[in-house]
Amino acid sequence: MSDAVSPPPLDLSDLQATPKRARRERTVRVVLLAAAMISVVVSGAIVVSLLFEAWEFMVNVDWSAVWSTGWFPRNGIYDIKTLVVASLIVTGIAMLVATPLGLGAAIFLSEYANPRVRRVLKPMLEVLAGIPSVVLGFFALLWISPNLVQNAFQSANRGNLMAAGIGVGILTIPLVASISEDAMQAVPHALREASAGLGARKVTTSIQVVLPAAVSGLAAALIVAVSRALGETMVVFIAGGAGDTALYTDNPIDGGLTMTAAMASLASGTDAVVGEGLTFPSLYFVGLVLFVITFGLNIIADRFVRRVREVY
Amino acid sequence: MDAEELAMDEVVDDGIEADISTTEAAENAQLAEQIVLRAADVDVYYGDHWAVRHCNMEVRRNEITAIIGPSGCGKSTMLRCYNRMNDLIASARVAGSIEYHGVDLYDRRVDPVEVRRRIGMVFQKPNPFPKTIWENVAFGPRVAGIAKSKSDLDDIVESSLKKAALWEEVKDRLKTSAMGMSGGQQQRLCIARAVAVDPDVLLMDEPCSSLDPIATTRIEELMQEIKAEYTIVIVTHNMQQAARVSDRTAFFTAAVDEEAGVRFGELIEFDRTEKIFSNPSDERTENYVTGRFG
Repeated sequence: MSDAVSPPPLDLSDLQATPKRARRERTVRVVLLAAAMISVVVSGAIVVSLLFEAWEFMVNVDWSAVWSTGWFPRNGIYDIKTLVVASLIVTGIAMLVATPLGLGAAIFLSEYANPRVRRVLKPMLEVLAGIPSVVLGFFALLWISPNLVQNAFQSANRGNLMAAGIGVGILTIPLVASISEDAMQAVPHALREASAGLGARKVTTSIQVVLPAAVSGLAAALIVAVSRALGETMVVFIAGGAGDTALYTDNPIDGGLTMTAAMASLASGTDAVVGEGLTFPSLYFVGLVLFVITFGLNIIADRFVRRVREVY
Repeated sequence: MDAEELAMDEVVDDGIEADISTTEAAENAQLAEQIVLRAADVDVYYGDHWAVRHCNMEVRRNEITAIIGPSGCGKSTMLRCYNRMNDLIASARVAGSIEYHGVDLYDRRVDPVEVRRRIGMVFQKPNPFPKTIWENVAFGPRVAGIAKSKSDLDDIVESSLKKAALWEEVKDRLKTSAMGMSGGQQQRLCIARAVAVDPDVLLMDEPCSSLDPIATTRIEELMQEIKAEYTIVIVTHNMQQAARVSDRTAFFTAAVDEEAGVRFGELIEFDRTEKIFSNPSDERTENYVTGRFG
């Protein structure tokens, strides 16, 4: 009896992970890290190549050609304001279309629609987001331009910035609607009850309570939409009414060339852009300008989104 | 107020004209005048869930009526029927009748917005708007179109905050955000906001459940002070609170129908508060108020 030594209740090895398990855990970790790193590295590489080529353009270009009267990159005329102004016009018109329609849709979906209606309407809105932009480009050129723009303005060009802007606006509606709806859904239900309990009608509650409480989210939605509209290429390429060159215009019913369309038209189908020595690097310069604008907007949007969590 | 006095006169006139045998009728008429809200055979459903079954209960003018009972017994649900707040919940359905001064609140022609302007509500969790203190109180009168000018609104804001015993604490920071106040202050702000539209009835859904004892005491004192002007219905988890503040108490509990296998909330007993807490008629009430259950 006395020789029976009770075994220790627990050994360290009982609590250790088996080598196989530990190895698998490490592998998974490395694979996931690689996935995360690749997207970072690719983004970084894009920015570096953008900067590199744009730098070549900036040090070699005659800067009077960058502030002249039109965009003729094959002829050494690189008036950047032609492109920037066209982009701003298209973006402005797109926002004029997308803001009321997107916000209206969001308010309806968030505040008015009963669950059954929402279940039908929301997917339909998402279908709109799924329309390829090339299809919308044709729609803008072949329907919006003749039926809306040329109808209202006799002198409008067939391809024009306004038609392109309306097309881009339609493309942006789902984005505005969906982010805004999320922002409004995030407003606590208690605030709606408080408002209703005070005898406010639904429209009052929506506009005076929910919208102000969601305002930073809505601002973020609009900024993301502006970013998207600025970056949209295919619709403006097809319906904008310019080939790969354009004279300066600030009239929306003229044809014009946005930054994105200028890049797409010049670079399409070839890796050797014909022209003088700086024609190809000029694309990178335009790209850099666009990148700086949208990057800035995204940073601002990010700030707004962060603020939205602090409001209530 | 005019209509009320007129009605009182009628009751008195009837009394003078009638002989002794009809004083009973006069008393009934007077009772009818006192009753602000009368629920008759009210059933409430949330989808398939039967939240309140066959509830009959009257709320009298210038009294504080407390609704007590364990969780899930339908007391908040019943409270929310009184100002049609359940309309905001898509699956909610109310059967039976709730009369407010003799008008069926659930009549097809009744606009819930008009109901809520007369029957205000204070919620369980303080829910001030993320706006300034002033804007919170001015919201209701402005929406209802009660105040014509900024100075009218200023007056309403001041008097409402005074009624809610908050004026002295916030008069110097009316233009700062209500979110910066303490929980107790926020809840008193919500009371000020509710009384700013000059309601007839104030429904309070566990108004002190998120407050500390000091803030709770203040709210209870406040209820006693404003009782003269309003009719108050309060849902509370706290039996001592019901015993302290209320004139009448309704005890709800969750019952199970064994045959149908459904659980529902039910009004067990409704009587004067002293009676409920000292000598209840129903055993379940007694078990609950003495702490043997729930």
